[in-house]
Amino acid sequence: MTPEEIINPANRVYARPRLLTEANTHYCPGCSHGVVHRIVAELLEEMGLENRAVGVAPVGCAVFAYNYIDVDWVEAAHGRAPAVATALSRLNPDNLVFTYQGDGDLAAIGTAETIHAANRGENIAIIFINNAIYGMTGGQMAPTTLLGQKTATTPYGRRADLNGYPLNITDLLAQLRGTCYVTRQAVHTAAAARKTKAAIKKAFENALAGKGTSVVEVVGTCSSGWKMTPAQANDWMAEHMTEHYPLGDLKNE
Amino acid sequence: MPKVIGAVTVDAMRCKGCELCVVACPTHTLALKSNDVNDRGYHYAYAADMATCIGCAACATVCPDACIEVYRVIEK
Ligand SMILES: Cc1ncc(C[n+]2csc(CCOP(=O)(O)OP(=O)(O)O)c2C)c(N)n1
Ligand code: SF4
Ligand code: SF4
Ligand code: SF4
Ligand SMILES: [Mg+2]
Repeated sequence: MTPEEIINPANRVYARPRLLTEANTHYCPGCSHGVVHRIVAELLEEMGLENRAVGVAPVGCAVFAYNYIDVDWVEAAHGRAPAVATALSRLNPDNLVFTYQGDGDLAAIGTAETIHAANRGENIAIIFINNAIYGMTGGQMAPTTLLGQKTATTPYGRRADLNGYPLNITDLLAQLRGTCYVTRQAVHTAAAARKTKAAIKKAFENALAGKGTSVVEVVGTCSSGWKMTPAQANDWMAEHMTEHYPLGDLKNE
Repeated sequence: MPKVIGAVTVDAMRCKGCELCVVACPTHTLALKSNDVNDRGYHYAYAADMATCIGCAACATVCPDACIEVYRVIEK
């Protein structure tokens, strides 16, 4: 068979999700945000949630998420997405309410909102992209930056005595009684991306079932901030990030 | 033995040349155009050796820009 014969809608096994808009994303080549956006768009379509889903966008590189995934969104002030999501889900209990947040948004300026929403057991799904850096503002150290990791504000590498320790906030969230599902995933390989999809699906199902707060951390990359090619960044992530942020379920009730 | 034959299309205009699909492909079907760029200046991905494609969709599953569509037929 020739490629022309194979390339025919009847044989199509993967197509661009309908809920991704036509816009070209502003993300750098290879950015993990793009992969997670694609997964979220696939799930909202497959789960028939197009008209029930409300996302809460962060401040950070994903600030324009609402331009890319064609469902309803609210843009929150920096770090406040879980507080905004609390109001949305309490006032509209039939909607699927999810937040999409970076590590600076969720684990630095928004620590209080994140911990208290999870501790209250709000019926929301939190999608947390941990790339260990402030990508949007030019690659400064985040609470999640690894010891020894070079960033714009730790040019000689993060030091515990000067900068404190990497904050594993997902471990903390798993301790709270309000969370029902807490998992840490990645998107650096096809197999990992498929697991992330299954995890976000479960988080959406939990929120719809009123089971409490679900947290899906995706350990991602920021090739621009890390000053690597996208492929090098994926390798660096798998080698170094997963040591401090091991992949797998932390809690599944 | 039934044979699985695959094929892919790449949206060359949307592609950012990140190379993640090239790395993910188990059969080395894909490559970046080394001598050509798209309108935004990226060396876009293409199927350099389509005959090797098995339609596994690994490339589409890692693509951050949803540029790849995958097709598969099983030849009896
Ligand atoms: C109140 C407030 N403080 C600081 C900033 C500057 N700022 C914008 S994005 C950002 C951090 C983003 O990092 P992260 O959440 O990890 O997202 P990423 O870009 O890495 O995906 C900061 C500090 C801001 N916009 N508003
Ligand atoms: S700066 Fe980093 S997080 Fe932001 S779009 Fe670029 S690669 Fe992605
Ligand atoms: S479908 Fe599989 S074999 Fe074909 S190009 Fe993509 S990754 Fe390679
Ligand atoms: S993964 Fe997507 S954006 Fe990156 S080179 Fe391949 S087709 Fe282009
Ligand atoms: Mg970040």
